[in-house]
Amino acid sequence: MKKKGFKVVLTLVILVGSLWLLQRLLMPKYVTGVVEGALIAEYYPEEKNHDVIFIGDCEVYENFSPQILWEEYGINSFIRGSAQQLIWQSYYLLEDTLRYETPKVVVFNVLSMKYNEPQKEAYNRMTLEGMRWSMSKVNAIKASVTEQEQFLDYVFPILRYHSRWSEIKGDDFRYMFDTKKVSHNGYYMRVDVKPAGTIPDPKPLADYRFGENAYAYLDRMTALCKEKGIQLVLIKAPSLYPHWYDEWEEQMEEYAEENDLLYINFLDLIDEVGLDFQTDTYDGGLHLNLSGAEKLSRYFGTLLTEQTEVSDRRGEEALQRTWAEKRTAYDAEIAYQKEKYQIEK
Amino acid sequence: METLLEILSDLHPDVDFETEDRLIDDKILDSFDIISIISEVADQFDVTISAEYIVPENFNSAEALYDLIQKLEDED
Amino acid sequence: MLFTSYGFIGFLAVLFLLYYLIPAKYQWMLLLAASYLFYWFANPVYLLYICVTTVSTWFIGRRIEAVRSVQSAYLAEHKQELDKEAKKSYKALMKKKTWHLLLACLFFNLGILAVVKYTNFVISNVNAVIYAIGAGQPLSFVNIIVPLGISFYTFQAMGYIIDVYRGTVKAQDNLFRFALFVSFFPQLVQGPISRYGDLSESLFAEHPRDWSTISLGLQRMLWGYFKKLVIADRMLIGVNTLIQNPDTYYGAYAFLGMLFYALELYADFTGGIDITIGIAQVLGVKVTENFNRPYFSKSIKEYWNRWHMTMGSWFTDYIFYPISVCKPMLKLSKASRKALGETIGKRVPIYLSSFVVWFATGIWHGASWNFIAWGLGNWVVIMISQELEPLYQRFHNRFHVRGSFFFRLFQVIRTVLLMSCLRMFDCYRDVPLTFRMFGSMFTGGNWKELLNGSLLQLGLTLTDYRILFFGLVLLIAVSLIQRTGSVREKIRKLPYWGRFLLWYGLFLCVLLMGAYGVGYDASQFIYNQF
Repeated sequence: MKKKGFKVVLTLVILVGSLWLLQRLLMPKYVTGVVEGALIAEYYPEEKNHDVIFIGDCEVYENFSPQILWEEYGINSFIRGSAQQLIWQSYYLLEDTLRYETPKVVVFNVLSMKYNEPQKEAYNRMTLEGMRWSMSKVNAIKASVTEQEQFLDYVFPILRYHSRWSEIKGDDFRYMFDTKKVSHNGYYMRVDVKPAGTIPDPKPLADYRFGENAYAYLDRMTALCKEKGIQLVLIKAPSLYPHWYDEWEEQMEEYAEENDLLYINFLDLIDEVGLDFQTDTYDGGLHLNLSGAEKLSRYFGTLLTEQTEVSDRRGEEALQRTWAEKRTAYDAEIAYQKEKYQIEK
Repeated sequence: METLLEILSDLHPDVDFETEDRLIDDKILDSFDIISIISEVADQFDVTISAEYIVPENFNSAEALYDLIQKLEDED
Repeated sequence: MLFTSYGFIGFLAVLFLLYYLIPAKYQWMLLLAASYLFYWFANPVYLLYICVTTVSTWFIGRRIEAVRSVQSAYLAEHKQELDKEAKKSYKALMKKKTWHLLLACLFFNLGILAVVKYTNFVISNVNAVIYAIGAGQPLSFVNIIVPLGISFYTFQAMGYIIDVYRGTVKAQDNLFRFALFVSFFPQLVQGPISRYGDLSESLFAEHPRDWSTISLGLQRMLWGYFKKLVIADRMLIGVNTLIQNPDTYYGAYAFLGMLFYALELYADFTGGIDITIGIAQVLGVKVTENFNRPYFSKSIKEYWNRWHMTMGSWFTDYIFYPISVCKPMLKLSKASRKALGETIGKRVPIYLSSFVVWFATGIWHGASWNFIAWGLGNWVVIMISQELEPLYQRFHNRFHVRGSFFFRLFQVIRTVLLMSCLRMFDCYRDVPLTFRMFGSMFTGGNWKELLNGSLLQLGLTLTDYRILFFGLVLLIAVSLIQRTGSVREKIRKLPYWGRFLLWYGLFLCVLLMGAYGVGYDASQFIYNQF
């Protein structure tokens, strides 16, 4: 009897253990190539006493450098951005963040107001997979799944990635348990330059009203921040494309006024920020490169200092030390990328 | 019985119907054979074997089939 | 709920657990509840149809039984006073009564089946006639839902009522038990078509927990999922590309599509049946086998004794025999023998009733001329091979190759190819296109294209082909081992860790190589629609 019990236990251990290992192996690692999938998870190991949290899509994680915000303004910030982060995902990421800390300011980039329904499975994955399990994650998944997706695929990612065995590479073994940092407090750095050329003319839309669902989540976000005593700042990053319609701008301005929120459209401030789309973008105007992001961060730092409650924390020794370390990694990345893209120092 | 055996051997000269008792189970007779047998039997014995009697137990051996014919003759 | 959906697996897990936790005498009630729940998930409206068939068949079954008991009571009471003639005429009278009851039941239920399945088919044919003679307005199609598995459960219920009429089974008194027989969920979607006499005993019995049966059932299910997910659903991608674009994919591709479809259909259908029988086995219920390695058949006739066996025997027992041995047919047989001579005359009734059976088989598979053409195609081939039998006999008497391996292999391949050709009818849009595509295999002249990489344009990658090849090898290997008995029984004799390794390996194959989830469209079992 004892022997039989041992056998059963051993079988179960082997079964569960090997399936778990297999799942680790098959999940995409996002350490090279498409690294955006790794961003969300990078928040959790951090010391969580930030003053400013950014939420939103690529228009936050490619356009702001927390390193500059710290060094020049003493603002301790983190970007919880991910590729095509939809507004309900931003909302639930905010909920998730508030389980750990309560920042003074939350910055939300409003481009995702244009999406009222779940969009693409791949982007859902990159945003949701990195989240730790909580009710916020459960709700985020439920709000995000497209028709072809199943909740269970998120609980057991092996069901989603089962056919990746034919494309397993060295990285999948190397980063099975361990990962490599790909961002700088959520900032995805690029040093290369690709000047903006002609931007395609915007197509007229049938309906310029933002969707009800999108508004509902914006409302929830506003309410949550109010409840927690957080100042919500709405921004529209200075990306030339996708096009930001005037009709959209009106709705955002109206919303900000009604809810007494600070709303900044950086598209109107390109000259003030000092952006030059010949040198400050790496993909022809969609996203800023390092030079552009640092310019925008400087401008935004001043703005945050003047218009919000954030204070200069450069006096705190512990923070000083962490950020000094981060600077080393930041510089190393710059050097590595300059080499990679063959840019003169 | 003689007549029945004759009918059967006409159909499958290579089978020994006196001893074989798994005609259906071993798929020696197929559905076409069964129909031929029934129509021959109808001619020679003046007995109609209706569909409900077409079960393996009645067709597995010549003897079983003969018993069936006798039974049906009795009922008539 | 598809067999391959997470929901279904969850449903099964809950059911299996409850089934062995509750007192055994309630097990069949749980199965009934589960079956109705399963059907309700598919579409609540379906329940109406199955309830009507269940209640009407049950009621008439009991009526027939009641007439019988009146008859035996009467005969017992008046044993002395009745002479043989009187008894006979009384019996005939009663027989007539039960016959009318049977007819009412058949007409009513087959009528429902005919209306929901064939109304639009009839309308489209009427319209074609209207159009051809240029007369008047075409009729508009009606919007009828076809309940899931209606062909299967109707046939199962009708088999029951005929058996009750024939006296081979006793009518079920309990309406709910009978309802379970009609609706038993694993076989509701795609068969097998069980006989009441075969299924009822184990269906209503109490099943104490027996690990070896449960694990054998689970293993059978796993094998079914392998066939379905790894082979069939992957193959489907290629099949669809090939048959939906006949203008691009003709000639050699039509041949390829034919072979792909043969493999896909086999894996899909037998896999689904493996899952069905496996589920039933876990529940302790014995469901009749539906396949006996059909692709190893040496003739079409043999093939039909080994493929979808429960359907074949249903048609034989309830249509072929009754038609062949009914009085008018016997008369016709006599007349034709007189007119056409012994040898040919004898065959007339057989050919006539086979024609009816194959027409019915065709139209049972689907309401379209494609299926009718397919059914009749089978009939023609079987008749021709029947006619050529003496010729074969002479051939074999001269050349003694009958037993040799290569000759048997030739026969097997010939049968598979013949069946695959016939199946082209259910691939292509309509009958003329099918003939055109069949012809193009000989005139297409594009065989070389198969080697220039265009195989990778069909939606299947090199990895897909490798998996399919692996699956095919495994299928053949398992079938070969099966010749000497159940593979699962053989594996059972292995030491524990050996067994574990094999079954876990198969599980991993399904998990990793299955064509499921995002990127693969969950595909329905092909036989669902019938």
